[in-house]
Amino acid sequence: MELTDTEIIKKVLAGEQALFAQLVQRYQSYVFTLVLRFTDNREDAEEISQDVFVKAYRSLADFRGDAKFSTWLYTIVRTSCITFLRKKRLNTTSLDNERINLQVESKESGFTANAIEQKSKHAMVNAAIRMLSPDDTQIITLFYKGEQSLDEIGRVMGLDPNTVKVKLHRARNRLKEKMEKHFSYAVRELYES
Amino acid sequence: MLSGNYMRVNGLSSGLQNAPELCTFNANRMNTEETMEDRLWDYIDGLSSSAEKSAVEALITANIEWQRKYKELLNVHQLMASSDLDAPSMRFTRNVMDEIARYQVAPATKTYINKNVIRGIGGFFLCVIVGLLAYVFGQVKWTSPGASSLKVPSVDLGGLDKIDYGRLFGSLPVTLFMLVVVVLGFGLLDLYLQRKKKQQTI
Repeated sequence: MELTDTEIIKKVLAGEQALFAQLVQRYQSYVFTLVLRFTDNREDAEEISQDVFVKAYRSLADFRGDAKFSTWLYTIVRTSCITFLRKKRLNTTSLDNERINLQVESKESGFTANAIEQKSKHAMVNAAIRMLSPDDTQIITLFYKGEQSLDEIGRVMGLDPNTVKVKLHRARNRLKEKMEKHFSYAVRELYES
Repeated sequence: MLSGNYMRVNGLSSGLQNAPELCTFNANRMNTEETMEDRLWDYIDGLSSSAEKSAVEALITANIEWQRKYKELLNVHQLMASSDLDAPSMRFTRNVMDEIARYQVAPATKTYINKNVIRGIGGFFLCVIVGLLAYVFGQVKWTSPGASSLKVPSVDLGGLDKIDYGRLFGSLPVTLFMLVVVVLGFGLLDLYLQRKKKQQTI
């Protein structure tokens, strides 16, 4: 039988360090995706994700279990990404809305209709998500991939659940607009199906 | 679409004449569309109340515009729900496990921050403040308001001038208090710098 997150954590805290690998395997894609949407660079994302798990391991005793492990993990992801971006002065734009928009626009120009046609629908969604601002991508990823409720997202992002709901609606609408603008061929097919 | 047709049918001049109305019309239409999208997202996410759910279902069944929008949003929702996560390299778990082999789980924050110590420090400062206030007010000469007890008692603030500040701050208890505050301040600074150094090494 598969152990729950809390059971694994209890065993790791009791000294069974090897069991932490199960948690890493369970959440590596979730963490990597979140980080990748902050940094937009696979190498950096891998380095930060690794750092996130090391920090999570070291602070595991602080996990009280009153929130999901993924929620707790996200708080480490967020702080790690911000620290990394500040330190490296890489794309510090992720914290600056004006520069985000410039970045998004420059990313947008890189997509061509031919390339889009070759992409699968999932790749199209991922590409469209990457065009959004970090806040929008975080909310969408947490809601759909982290399976977090609006309350939980609000808690980790320091926002009111109603604000999260509004932001989520707007993020999805912006995503829809990006898909319609840049992937019109695939989107038309999708709507007609 | 509707506003576009309206412009074409009535021509430019009448369109200009009716510009304020058209603006209002467009604004209303945009608001209606936003409300429709918000209501549909709530319905798709399962956040609508049962009454709202029935109302939205009725609108989707009866109204083609609502039906079209619902299908559009549902497609986006399903696409996002079924999209894949990005995967790190194959060696990712191995790398993490190799890295954490060098570390140990740090004790929980609450175990090394003893609340009694914090309460003790708080109590100490409270006592010192109360003691100082008592001493200062003890130095003030309160004058009697006179014969009538109905009069508001007046305070002779001139008494404050009589306090020997030099002696007060030069006295042994105050010097000791200052010394303790400075030592505690350095202690806190040391803790802060140590924590920062640890964070940098992680």
